Amino acid sequence: MSEPLVGVVVAHSELAAALLAAVRAIAGEDVGLVAVSNTGCDRAALMRSLDAAIAGRPAVIFTDMAGGSCAFTASALARGRGDVKVVTGVNLAMLVDFAFHRTLPVAEAARRAVEVGRTAVGAVEK
Amino acid sequence: MSLVLYRIDDRLIHGQVVVGWGQRLGLAFIVLVDDAVRANVWEQELYRMGVPGAMDVVFATVAEAAPRIAEWEADARKGLLLTGDVETMVALCAAAPAVRKVNVGGIHAREGRTERLRYVFLSETEAQQLAALAARGVEVTAQDLPTAKPVPVAELL
Repeated sequence: MSEPLVGVVVAHSELAAALLAAVRAIAGEDVGLVAVSNTGCDRAALMRSLDAAIAGRPAVIFTDMAGGSCAFTASALARGRGDVKVVTGVNLAMLVDFAFHRTLPVAEAARRAVEVGRTAVGAVEK
Repeated sequence: MSLVLYRIDDRLIHGQVVVGWGQRLGLAFIVLVDDAVRANVWEQELYRMGVPGAMDVVFATVAEAAPRIAEWEADARKGLLLTGDVETMVALCAAAPAVRKVNVGGIHAREGRTERLRYVFLSETEAQQLAALAARGVEVTAQDLPTAKPVPVAELL
C-alpha cells in the first residue's frame, strides 16, 4: 500500500489548530492532519511553513477562504505537483471524512473532500 | 469616487483587502502594482479568482501605473491601489506626485526587519523611506483594517 496522504489545514489565526482539535475529538488521534496558521507570515514565510508541513509527502491542502493568502500560497505550492491538491472552504465534515480516507489517490481524496464538505452545508428547515 | 486607498501589503490581494476594506468601502476595482505579478499570467488568474466577480482587477508595473493615476482618480467607482513593498510604493509616489496618502497595511517579519506594530515590521531602510515620503508631504499611516485606528508614521520609526 502506498503512503497514506497527509492533510495540511492552513487558515487564518487559530482556525486550523481548532479544527484539528475538533477532528481529534471526533475521530481520535491518528488523523494524518497538520495545522498551519498564516499569522505573522508573508507569502514566502507561509510557503516555507506549508513546505515543512508537507515534507515531501503526497498531500491535500485544506484552506479556509478561496481567494485568501492561504489559498493563494497553497495553490502556488501545488502548481506543477501532481501529488499535492488544494481544497478551499475547509469544514469539519470534510476533515473527519478525510481522516478515514487517506489511502485514496490524492486527486480522488480532494474530490471526495469537496463533495463531503458541500453535502455538509445546508439550512436546517425545522 | 477615485482611488480611496494606496496600500502597502505584502500579502497583496487577500481577505483583509477584498473583504475587510472591500466590503466596508464598497470597492469596485483593485489596481495591483507589482512588476513580478504583471509578468506572470498564472498569478494574475489566481488573483482574479480571489475577488468577487463584480470587482475589476488591474495589473500594472510602476511605469504603467504612474501615468494612469489621474484616470483612476477620475473613475466614478471606488478603487484601491496595492503594492507589495515599501520600495514599490516609494517608486510610484516618485513617478506620480498625485499620490498624497499611503496606508501601511501589512509588512511581515523578515530578517533585518524589526517589529513596529503587530502587522508592521520594517528594516531601517524601509523606515527611512517612509519617513522621507512623509517629509515630502505624503500622509503615511499604518492601519490593517478600516475598523482600526490609523497609526501615524512617526510611531513606526
